[in-house]
Amino acid sequence: MPTPDRDMPAPAPRTLFDKIWDAHVVTRREDGQSLLYVDRHLVQDGSAPGFEMLRQRGLPVRRPDLAFATPDHYVPTGSRRLADIADPEKRAMAEALEQDSAAAGIRFFGIDDPRQGIVHVVGPEQGLSLPGSVIVCGDSHTATHGALGALAFGIGASEVAHVLATQTLWRVRPGTLRVQIDGRLAEGVSAKDIILAVIARIGAAGGVGQVIEYAGEAIRALPMAGRMTVCNMSIEAGARAGMIAPDDVTFEWLAGRPEAPSGPAWDAAVARWRQLPSDDGASFDREVRLQAEDIAPMVTWGNSPEDALPISGRVPLPSDASTPERRESMQRTMSYMGLRPGQPLSELAIDRVFIGSCTNGRIEDMRSAAAVARGRRVAEGVEAWVVPGSGLVKQQAEAEGLDAIFLAAGFQWRHAGCSMCLGTNGDQVAPGQRCASTSNRNFVGRQGPGSRTHLMSPAMAAAAAVTGRLTDVRRLLSAPH
Amino acid sequence: MEAFTRIDAVAVPLARANVDTDQIVPALYLQKPRSDNFGDYLFHDVRHDAEGRRRADFILNEPVYAKARILVAGANFGCGSSREHAVWALYDGGIRAVIAPSFGDIFHTNALKNGLLPVRLPEAEVRRLLGELLANPGMHLQVDLEAQTVGSANAPALHFEVDAFARLCLLGGLDEIDFTLGQRDAIEAFEQRAATAHAA
Repeated sequence: MPTPDRDMPAPAPRTLFDKIWDAHVVTRREDGQSLLYVDRHLVQDGSAPGFEMLRQRGLPVRRPDLAFATPDHYVPTGSRRLADIADPEKRAMAEALEQDSAAAGIRFFGIDDPRQGIVHVVGPEQGLSLPGSVIVCGDSHTATHGALGALAFGIGASEVAHVLATQTLWRVRPGTLRVQIDGRLAEGVSAKDIILAVIARIGAAGGVGQVIEYAGEAIRALPMAGRMTVCNMSIEAGARAGMIAPDDVTFEWLAGRPEAPSGPAWDAAVARWRQLPSDDGASFDREVRLQAEDIAPMVTWGNSPEDALPISGRVPLPSDASTPERRESMQRTMSYMGLRPGQPLSELAIDRVFIGSCTNGRIEDMRSAAAVARGRRVAEGVEAWVVPGSGLVKQQAEAEGLDAIFLAAGFQWRHAGCSMCLGTNGDQVAPGQRCASTSNRNFVGRQGPGSRTHLMSPAMAAAAAVTGRLTDVRRLLSAPH
Repeated sequence: MEAFTRIDAVAVPLARANVDTDQIVPALYLQKPRSDNFGDYLFHDVRHDAEGRRRADFILNEPVYAKARILVAGANFGCGSSREHAVWALYDGGIRAVIAPSFGDIFHTNALKNGLLPVRLPEAEVRRLLGELLANPGMHLQVDLEAQTVGSANAPALHFEVDAFARLCLLGGLDEIDFTLGQRDAIEAFEQRAATAHAA
């Protein structure tokens, strides 16, 4: 044990982000970029272009043992047969992942494996995503894994190829933003409402160039699923990543998962992970605070996740816009979304409901939606889907009888995949249809050309399903069925 | 991809903030091979009406911008999905530089890997450029990567910052994967250090 040197200054307090970053710098370049080592590369069926780039260069995959693959974007959710993907090009994407994984020796959960699912659900579920690690994936919602106390971020196809070839990435050290949520959430308010409130506050570009650490009593009180929901949508605030310090909630959740360390290695890992939380006095480039009691169930009205309001709100007035560009943008949005300025959000009748996605496709999300659906019926004319985030989430929900609740209420109970979040597999919202969705993006055309998306929590989406309109779920929680 | 040095070309003003990559290329085209002309998919759903006709009210459809090679846009351009196809669509559509006050981080990185130069300028300067371009359809801008400047007829050239390594890659002198493979010793040493630390 070295004795502390009196003449040495005390090490500066560091953030969770600083500690993970510093531990992963392989080398630095003259221009200030750092070469970061990647502990875990998650791969899905959109990754074919990255493998193709590698093939064109004739390069092998450097560390197939650190990669993991499962198809999610193109898989059908009405069956478990790739042959049911009608479009041959889409089918080829799902097939290419299996071939590329086999050729490289990458672990692969195929569509016939009950452990298949959305890669951002499966990674944590299998214990592949661990505290203190650097995790990347060719998908922008990779920040999800930051909920375990990891530095996790999405990359494009060229960088997928770079990671496959070198197990590293060049990065400029980003800034840091701490988002602190003090206090306790009210009944009927969830993690999704927290993150929508955060994005509404700081804006869709509020975190550009920064990594967000979510902290505070309301974050500490969230179960892992809720923490993943919060971190998942960091990209919707423009942030490079989102993360939450690992604690006993994290360790209890991770213990015993197939790929997590076990035995003495587990104890050693937990001891290391307990050093990860930001030190007292660590400084962030920016801090934002919200009070949990001020957060109500949120819904989005527009085509950016920053267009989020409490369900009691009204569609804003373009005449109140701060700039002419903003006014024009709001008018364009109203026209696309079929809205009138000043219209109460709770007046909006819906056609579709989508409960699922890497944001809200976990067992806790299924339970929360089922609690609202129990003993009620999907409103006339509404088509409502529940798409579990993984085969194991589906199994667990069925063991708890949640599928029976949804089916009795008139919901469709489907197989795991990204599904209607972005419709790459053909699960789409028709032009002009209004969808209450637990996914992450309400962009123009996101759920299909002409689709009108309103983002909300699973409980709020279930409430919309049974009432046929955007509804404050708190009314249903207190009311008899 | 061709080496980038200096372009003097028509610039199209897209005075919108938060242009996401779902708009730049809809998910419907993500399974298409890179050999396709992704320019055909550029802004597909905002550019066309429900019947597939080009909308007269979308600025990229105006004939004067058919040969535009520079796009000037509002803040947070390229936010959202990590799809590199968004960069391919702009590139295949003829665009070589996008000027905006800020970019989605993943889009910004993807652009630099594909010969598309993302130029960050202060919001006030972008606003002025947008105003000038809207008042003078078909106006040229000059983007010079060697000098790191954006020029226009009526104002002094504006300096922009660009990562030095990415600049060399764009100028045609370096390939990033080859460069990193040259760091093999450092990567192996890191792996050995990490293995020792975790075994302790």
